[in-house]
Amino acid sequence: MPWSKMDTHRKELNQFNSRLWLALLLIVLVFSGLVARLAYLQIWQYDHYVTESDDNRQQLQAVAPTRGLIYDTKGQLLAGNRASHNLTLVPERLPGGRKGVDAALADLAQVVSVDADDIKRFKRRLNQPRRPYSPVALKFQLNETEIAQITVNQHRFPGVRIVPELVRYYPQDEGFVHALGYVGRINDRDLAKLDATNYSATDHVGKLGVERFYESELHGTVGHQTVETNARGRVLQVLDRLEPVPGRDLTLFLDAQLQQQAAQLLQGKRGAIVAIDPNTGGVLAMASAPSYGANQFVTGISRANYKALRESDELPLFNRALRGRYPPASTVKPVIALAGIDSGIIARNYSIWDPGFYQLTEGGRLYRDWKEGGHGRVNMHKSIVESVDTFYYSISHIMGNEPMVKYLAKFGLGQVTIADQPEATKAVLPTKQWKRINRNASWFPGDSLNMGIGQGFLSATPTQLATMAMVLANKGEWHQIRMIKAIDGKTVNKVSDLGRKDPAHPANVSLNRASDWNKVHAAMVGVMHDAKGTGQRSGANSSYKMAGKTGTAQVLGIKQDGTYDAAKIAERFRDHGLYIGWAPAKDPVIAIAVIVENGGGGSSAAAPLARKMFDARMQSLDSTSPNGDDPDG
Amino acid sequence: MADFQRLAPEARKHLRQGPGVWVRLKLDPWLLILLLAIMSFGLIVLYSGSGASEAAVQKQLVRYGLALLGMVIITQINLRLVQRWMPLLYVGGVLLLVAVLLFGVGAKGAQRWLLIPGLPRFQPSEIMKLVVPLTLAWYLASRPRPPHLTHVVVSMLLVVMPVLLIAKQPDLGTSLLIGCSGIFVIFFAGLLWRYVVAAMVLGAAALPLLWMGMRPYQQQRVITFLEPESDPLGAGWNIIQSKIAIGSGGMNGKGWLQGTQSHLDFLPETHTDFIIAVLAEEFGLVGVCALLSLYFLVLIRGLIIAAQAAHPFDRMLAASLTLTFFVYVVVNISMVSGVLPVVGVPLPLVSYGGTSAVTLMASLGLLMSIHARRPQRT
Repeated sequence: MPWSKMDTHRKELNQFNSRLWLALLLIVLVFSGLVARLAYLQIWQYDHYVTESDDNRQQLQAVAPTRGLIYDTKGQLLAGNRASHNLTLVPERLPGGRKGVDAALADLAQVVSVDADDIKRFKRRLNQPRRPYSPVALKFQLNETEIAQITVNQHRFPGVRIVPELVRYYPQDEGFVHALGYVGRINDRDLAKLDATNYSATDHVGKLGVERFYESELHGTVGHQTVETNARGRVLQVLDRLEPVPGRDLTLFLDAQLQQQAAQLLQGKRGAIVAIDPNTGGVLAMASAPSYGANQFVTGISRANYKALRESDELPLFNRALRGRYPPASTVKPVIALAGIDSGIIARNYSIWDPGFYQLTEGGRLYRDWKEGGHGRVNMHKSIVESVDTFYYSISHIMGNEPMVKYLAKFGLGQVTIADQPEATKAVLPTKQWKRINRNASWFPGDSLNMGIGQGFLSATPTQLATMAMVLANKGEWHQIRMIKAIDGKTVNKVSDLGRKDPAHPANVSLNRASDWNKVHAAMVGVMHDAKGTGQRSGANSSYKMAGKTGTAQVLGIKQDGTYDAAKIAERFRDHGLYIGWAPAKDPVIAIAVIVENGGGGSSAAAPLARKMFDARMQSLDSTSPNGDDPDG
Repeated sequence: MADFQRLAPEARKHLRQGPGVWVRLKLDPWLLILLLAIMSFGLIVLYSGSGASEAAVQKQLVRYGLALLGMVIITQINLRLVQRWMPLLYVGGVLLLVAVLLFGVGAKGAQRWLLIPGLPRFQPSEIMKLVVPLTLAWYLASRPRPPHLTHVVVSMLLVVMPVLLIAKQPDLGTSLLIGCSGIFVIFFAGLLWRYVVAAMVLGAAALPLLWMGMRPYQQQRVITFLEPESDPLGAGWNIIQSKIAIGSGGMNGKGWLQGTQSHLDFLPETHTDFIIAVLAEEFGLVGVCALLSLYFLVLIRGLIIAAQAAHPFDRMLAASLTLTFFVYVVVNISMVSGVLPVVGVPLPLVSYGGTSAVTLMASLGLLMSIHARRPQRT
């Protein structure tokens, strides 16, 4: 090898070796850099990434408590829970992600019927803030065919899931809704009022009635669990769990048998029946007709169905039992009579000659009795039995406003005394002051006359009238009017037992002369059993005595609307039939108020329904009483 | 004492003849032990990363067996003979790459595979991982070194052609590795520093051009890399989740099979490109450093082999293959730990998959072959 070549060879080798050293240096530097990077992540940022990792895999999930059940007085289920299978989409899992929503909906529509309404509400839910990979509900309460259709075609629908949840179910559906109320999906307005933590897993809240009033008892306390999930949100294991406390079970005084009977009696009518147990103040039945199905509100009623309900001129959504303000008509006569004699203004043996009309002044306006030609000589007893208007024109004219208001209030009119029906209204017990404020006029004697026969400005709800019947039946003894009988099997005497505010109710009515109760009772028994009694036909052929008072409210006028047809208008001008009463006459077990709108007179339209309710109550008691079939009993 | 002095050279001779079996097999025991250690470590991690799948481990074991066999065969080849056939191999390789673009099959929008009846389907780009450095070494070995500008330009063309063809498949990771392997050969041929600097400046200037030449999904990867939080559930997911996996592993890791990120599906590609995140999560910084140490020893061994090689072809090839191995490791770990954008580069000898294992073992086989034929110092 020549020297020169040797030299270049050595030079080249040196250069190569120096570049190898350079490579080594590079390797050492870069590896150090990598180690530094990893150390930065694994040591410096360790705490941060451990938290991220735990956040990733561990999720605190709220666990919804099971809503408390509602039973009737005999333990029959009135409101339970059942599984509802909901069709949901996980937008992130759809082919095409969120942009694939429309395509997925179109595909789904071939398998299961999804209407525009469902899609509209789905889109609204989709646009609310939500955790990635959480399902968004499209349709609730799938039926078995739909579940099968989707399951069979599952492979075609990645990202579509059927999610079961427990929802409220009302086995009796219609007929009970005005007594129980219902639950519905929580909306924005509810959210503002609810405890966000306790409701974090809950979809439904009591919207109306008992369900609404006892929401905090029925709901229970939310539980939570820490779950380990994978990236797709599937729960792999539960790490720890605090069980939710289920809602408390309510037992109501409501008797499903009676309630059904009441709903049936009102079938095809507009009206209400409220029955109360005079011994406890518990509501045995509370029906309002027409009614509607409660279950459709649980999972969300369709817009069209809701519109039909809301716009029906029969007002099915209107709870007549609690909110219907009717002129009580002649049903107040026993109380007006008591007001007269107990206040000392009217002598106990006061009587009038009834020519069939009454005049405030000689030659003035004729206030007519319902019976042309009149009833002849009328005392208090006869005035109740035959419902003589002129007698009451006379005594209310003598009494004037205050004594009547005072005594009607003692029996619960003009106030809400039912403890656990938040929708109840107090109607109108018109004082002179009330008239000045609301009518900007002073109280005229004519107003007193109208009030004396339960017309004019006076109005009352069926619940108030049933309460009045109870106080009459009890000879003045009051109980808190309430739906609830027991909670988790423990008797509830007042809603204050549950930490709620008791509504004020009047003190027990004590008359100056207790025998006056007997006089009124005798007269009200006469209504049902005397030959001339207005409820005589309804009181006939019974094994027990009953007491009652019919009423017929004149419908003074209704708003005329172009859409009403003539027949309907004529029908709507008919009198309301009313009835209050109790049975048996001694030791009563049921006090009742019945109202049939435009049903005609109280004796023919309302009293027969009350009689059927009385019979049903006797029957219901017999079937539960342990001595019911005891021959010596 | 005298006896010892007299006997000592004999003993040394014996010592050298001791590993004669290795010499006869043309295998380097150091490299072999290191790569077996890496593979064993890899299988342990793979078992975890594949979701405790014994099938995956068995399949990988078979691949390793085949790859080892391939390596042993490669070491038997006399590189002087290979040198002679290089032009033909290069032309054949480039033609195969063209064929891939014309008739290739693949998945996820990339055409990488070639189906030739009678042969198992394969990726010509993998072959080019060996052919490109071999070709460059062949070309520059018979030219004066440091290479003249014309030779540099020709060399660059030889590199750029397959790189562009592969980038068009598209397979950014592989084209990057192949480009590196070629450039390393040129660098070790003694490329003058002024050319090196000029190339770097040109490269920087070409970046916007490169950007415009990228497919949308490749551009997306770069954007995601620069700002992973911009799309945490989409493109940024991989990087965010692998960083969480690595970071939450801490110093000692969560324990084998205990990695929540990997076992609960938060981490993507747990047994392929992102397997180092599984390792980091379950074995911590200690585990990653252990693996990096093994890689480091492989690289040192590669550099020693390059230093001891006599023939310029051998030297340049050994150095290039060693540094390419280094690039594999660095790019993979950097992308998984969020230092580089995600390009599909597997972790050598650890990631699940047969093709890259075979190619890598073949390149290690070439190293061994070079070492077996080094000049024996006496």
